Amino acid sequence: MKTRFLTLAATAAALAFGTMAAQAAVKGCWVYVGPIGDFGYSYQHHQGLLQAKEKFGDELETSYLESVPEGADAERAIERLARSGCNIIFTTSFGFMDATNKVAGKFPDVKFEHATGYKREHPNVSTYNSRFYEGRYVQGIIAAKLSKAGVAGYIASFPIPEVVMGINAFVLGAQSVNPDFKVKVVWANTWFDAGKEADAAKALIDQGVDIITQHTDSTAPMQVATERGIKAFGQASDMIKFGPETQLTSIVDDWGPYYIERIQALIDGTWKQQDVWGGMKEGHVVMAPYTNMPDDVKKAAEEAEAKIKSGSFNPFTGPIKKQDGSEWLKDGEVAEDGVLLGMNFYIQGVDDQLPQ
Amino acid sequence: MLEQIIITIATAATPLLIASIGELVVERSGVLNLGVEGMMVMGAVTGFGVALLTGSPWLGVLAAIIVGALFSLLFGFLTLTLVTNQVATGLALTLLGLGLSGMIGESFVGLPGVKLAAIYIPGLTDLPFVGKLLFGQDPIFYLSILLTVGVAWFLFRTRAGLTLRAVGDNHGSAHALGINVIGIRYLAVMFGGACAGLAGGFLSLVYTPQWIENMTAGRGWIALALVVFASWRPLRVLAGAYLFGAVSIGQLHAQALGIGIPSQLLSSLPYLATILVLVLISRNKRLTMINTPASLGRPFVPDR
Repeated sequence: MKTRFLTLAATAAALAFGTMAAQAAVKGCWVYVGPIGDFGYSYQHHQGLLQAKEKFGDELETSYLESVPEGADAERAIERLARSGCNIIFTTSFGFMDATNKVAGKFPDVKFEHATGYKREHPNVSTYNSRFYEGRYVQGIIAAKLSKAGVAGYIASFPIPEVVMGINAFVLGAQSVNPDFKVKVVWANTWFDAGKEADAAKALIDQGVDIITQHTDSTAPMQVATERGIKAFGQASDMIKFGPETQLTSIVDDWGPYYIERIQALIDGTWKQQDVWGGMKEGHVVMAPYTNMPDDVKKAAEEAEAKIKSGSFNPFTGPIKKQDGSEWLKDGEVAEDGVLLGMNFYIQGVDDQLPQ
Repeated sequence: MLEQIIITIATAATPLLIASIGELVVERSGVLNLGVEGMMVMGAVTGFGVALLTGSPWLGVLAAIIVGALFSLLFGFLTLTLVTNQVATGLALTLLGLGLSGMIGESFVGLPGVKLAAIYIPGLTDLPFVGKLLFGQDPIFYLSILLTVGVAWFLFRTRAGLTLRAVGDNHGSAHALGINVIGIRYLAVMFGGACAGLAGGFLSLVYTPQWIENMTAGRGWIALALVVFASWRPLRVLAGAYLFGAVSIGQLHAQALGIGIPSQLLSSLPYLATILVLVLISRNKRLTMINTPASLGRPFVPDR
């Protein structure tokens, strides 16, 4: 109870209970962009923390700050954690990238792990991410097979590579079934505002989409889809409870194994800088059960998932053209990770203008 | 489709309207309560929790109203009885509300809630186009309209309303006339709290029937701004809330249509449009002066 209170005052939090478990070998700290109660992105990271805690028991002391805004506050929050005796700090949102690197420069003995970013300016900074686009490709296939309207609605957050990549993968999956499939994109310009996400879903449905997918963090779009009687994909966690007859599947972020692996490495003294981008193969990206769809669609989805899992197929395999018609990938060419991580363009067939 | 869109707009505008109307009464009595967001989120979590535990959304609504009022009583006690700084206390109320609600709501996360059903009147609700719009929305929508009209009538057409405005304009004179300034302000603050609580309950019982931390997402602040931009006039608050709602929903539709305007610009439109329009309608400086409660935010200590 006490913990919860303190975490909200982002500046005061970390110092307060640095002494609670003196015998712990390692102190792991987490910085979340949203509340752990979002039942989406930050919730899943926190589940990872809990998994690590369960695994290491008294060996690991944990602390976290939630709802830390991306920007100037983030640097202060991360620095506080570093000062409070954290040995390893996981900063879990793209917008913490510069702040993480800045603080890492000042605390060379603390390990920093930044999720979804690409900057590693100091040897004590690692980056990690999951290949969520693999799941989005599978969702695209399902959407194209199920949609009667031939158009799906996509609620996006911010035009960062992670999100753009997701939209492209979804469209590629859909096009592999129906080349004329359309996707309407609405940018909510927030990760987390249940009301706004619900409004976006309603707007999309009013414009005729019959499947909703989202890259924002709340369960609101799922509820709206249920109310209006259409299908939807969950985001970050299994949202089936919010749409028992609506959810088709959900990309579940399972960060636990990675957190355990890295903390173990730190305890063993084998922690090294790295850039990990795990996908279905590594178990970082897990699909929630395929529900509310006919067997043939389910089978197609499972086949695609198996293909990606085995490593024999990458959704970003050419020929793929950019939105303006210019060639991006030649036949059989596979996109490089570096290009994907900096993705700032749409592929052909996306019916939206990418905000710059 | 148009009917659906208008209903969506009404849903977006209703919580803003209710919270703003409550705050308007508070400010008309000369008290500035910046704790709207905190009271709202407390209303949201209790409304959700009570509805979930009892299975009755109406009990949830009632609980949201009561908790909002009780929570504002804390603000009232601090600022009116102990004469603390209103701005600081209001901000503290918001922070406390956001933290406390997160703590209370911890076990509600990830649970689907109970939705307050829209009303249905056989015959009328089924009318083409206007049926659902006029006779098929959730009950709180109708309440919000009644509340606005009621407050406008109360403030400008009743003796009690005149007294409340007098307290807000010049608490010294009001006190000299034998009016119980502190008592009236307590009532006003509690009314504001009840409204904010109801607005919060609307979020977690109608708008998006679920509990998520910080689910108010800044709506309390927008409600506060609306009061000022509407120059403390209830019907302008109504206009402002619906304008804000309309542009918010409109920009989403514009995006879905793919008209090619940058989404960041579209997202800021509700704020820009609302400010612009409300500034335009309150251009008359003398009228604005007359409407601004002169004692707003000033502490009152009756001489003994």
